[in-house]
Amino acid sequence: MTDLNTAPNLTDADGFYEALIAAHKDLTPEQSTALNARLILLLANHVGDRDILLAALKNARETGR
Amino acid sequence: MADIFEQALYPYRRSADQDAAAPVRHPVIVVGAGPVGLAAALDLTLKDVPVLLLDDNDRVSTGSRAICFAKRTLEIMDRLGCGQPLVDKGVTWNKGKVFFDERKVYEFDLLAEAGHRRPAFINLQQYYFEAVLLERLRELEAEGRPVEIRGRNKVTGVTRDDSGVQLTVETPDGPYSLDADWLIACDGAKSPIRSFMGLDFHGRVFEDNFLIADVKMDADFPTERWFWFDPPFNRGQSALLHKQPDGVWRIDLQLGWDIDREMEMREENVIPRLKAMLGEEAEFSLEWISIYTFQCRRMERFAHGRVLFAGDSAHQVSPFGARGANSGIQDADNLAWKLKLVLDGAAPESLMESYNRERVQAADENILNSTRSTDFITPKSDISRIFRDAVLNLAEDHPFARPLVNSGRLSLPTAYVGSDLSGEDALPGGPERTRPGAPAVDAPVGGGWLLERLGTDFILLGLNTSLPDMPGGDTLPVTVLTIEIEDDRLGALRERYLGRNEQAVYLIRPDQHIAARWPAHDRKAISAALAAATGGMS
Repeated sequence: MTDLNTAPNLTDADGFYEALIAAHKDLTPEQSTALNARLILLLANHVGDRDILLAALKNARETGR
Repeated sequence: MADIFEQALYPYRRSADQDAAAPVRHPVIVVGAGPVGLAAALDLTLKDVPVLLLDDNDRVSTGSRAICFAKRTLEIMDRLGCGQPLVDKGVTWNKGKVFFDERKVYEFDLLAEAGHRRPAFINLQQYYFEAVLLERLRELEAEGRPVEIRGRNKVTGVTRDDSGVQLTVETPDGPYSLDADWLIACDGAKSPIRSFMGLDFHGRVFEDNFLIADVKMDADFPTERWFWFDPPFNRGQSALLHKQPDGVWRIDLQLGWDIDREMEMREENVIPRLKAMLGEEAEFSLEWISIYTFQCRRMERFAHGRVLFAGDSAHQVSPFGARGANSGIQDADNLAWKLKLVLDGAAPESLMESYNRERVQAADENILNSTRSTDFITPKSDISRIFRDAVLNLAEDHPFARPLVNSGRLSLPTAYVGSDLSGEDALPGGPERTRPGAPAVDAPVGGGWLLERLGTDFILLGLNTSLPDMPGGDTLPVTVLTIEIEDDRLGALRERYLGRNEQAVYLIRPDQHIAARWPAHDRKAISAALAAATGGMS
């Protein structure tokens, strides 16, 4: 089983972050939330692996509360 | 002629039991002549178990109610001798469409595989389903089989002890008492018997209302299941359109929780809703209107001594997925052969505990599936609705999102995985779908079908291998059946039962679930599996 990779893995971290914010440009909070939902579903399908997805959900839930 | 649901098909007649000095004792009393009670009574009657069927009514149900009957139900009805009239009368369908807002986002076809006698589903009004089973019961009665149905016999009290069950029954001529060795309670979601016995019924209530309308019209909609999320004609809610026989269409409209039920039921309010959906110019008449709310819950146990609960009395699901009546029929299917063996002394009474375990497992599977569907169809939080809409938006262009669209996961039979009735799975690389616990999968054999060859006893099936007769002296009837692979017209038998093996031996229960399988005949192993499958006695 592969573990959830929480080590740095983005090829261009600053570039990705900029693109992420830009994707939400001019959207209302409701539209942004909908975009985020579609994004999560697209990425989740790409990952596929159930254990990794559940680990990511757990991690996200437990961080920053 | 009046519609079938307006006729007293089993009118009240005074029974000699009502004049008896002491309560007359019956081996099996079934309470409730709905689909599940009728199926249980038929199954036991065919096994020559004397059955008394009591119903508080004298006719079949009004309204379409459980309209979708699944392939497994039809296969069980074939075993009970009335599958064909159901299929002849029913509307066969395999395809469905899902709409979101004004767009079609997804289409599906349930019949991906050839080589099955019965279709994935038929639509048939519950009153026709009940009428066909009732007619079959009458046929068996006319043949002299030990079955009796008593209309307008309302059970008003139940007590039980170790030796059996005592009932009080109200009739137009007043009350009388009956005793039963076994009582099968198929008396519906509000089960009076469950209340008399003070038994629990826990689960989740869904705070929503659905308007159901049976609409008679000449329309050229295709024979498909159409489901809408958030359509223009029912904003923020869902809708379902389904075809039934006789030009009757079933429409389900979600209304939300905070409504005035009495107002919504009025024709003057229903008609505009339907016109918004079907078009202003649509001409139709209303056959039946109902508003329902639903719950997903089950009894903690389905077997309480010699009282067995089956169907809605034991478990309720949301309607999405057609898992109510279809799972109730499987309860009856699971129960009848076990009760027969117990009554014959061929299995210990504890065998009935396996009914409890296997059907509780099935109920949990059905409740899980229907709860998930309900949460998708009627999101319970803002974020749940946001993800639901995201899935629907993505589904239009992206195949990956389509399996996430959940407008009901349609009823499939439960495989009793891990049941202590299941014996060994000794067939190397045997197909997953026919592993022990699973229902036997149909396949074409010669000019007929595998399932119709199985009959109602335990079956020892030799595929491409001939088997010796079972040794005599057993209390258990086991039918030995050999099928040669040249009878396998489509290669379906090989694919569904052999895998890469050249031959196999299957032990199949009377409810057509697989008990065990081996690569070759092994008398000791077969005896052990048979003992396990009958609760450890034979």
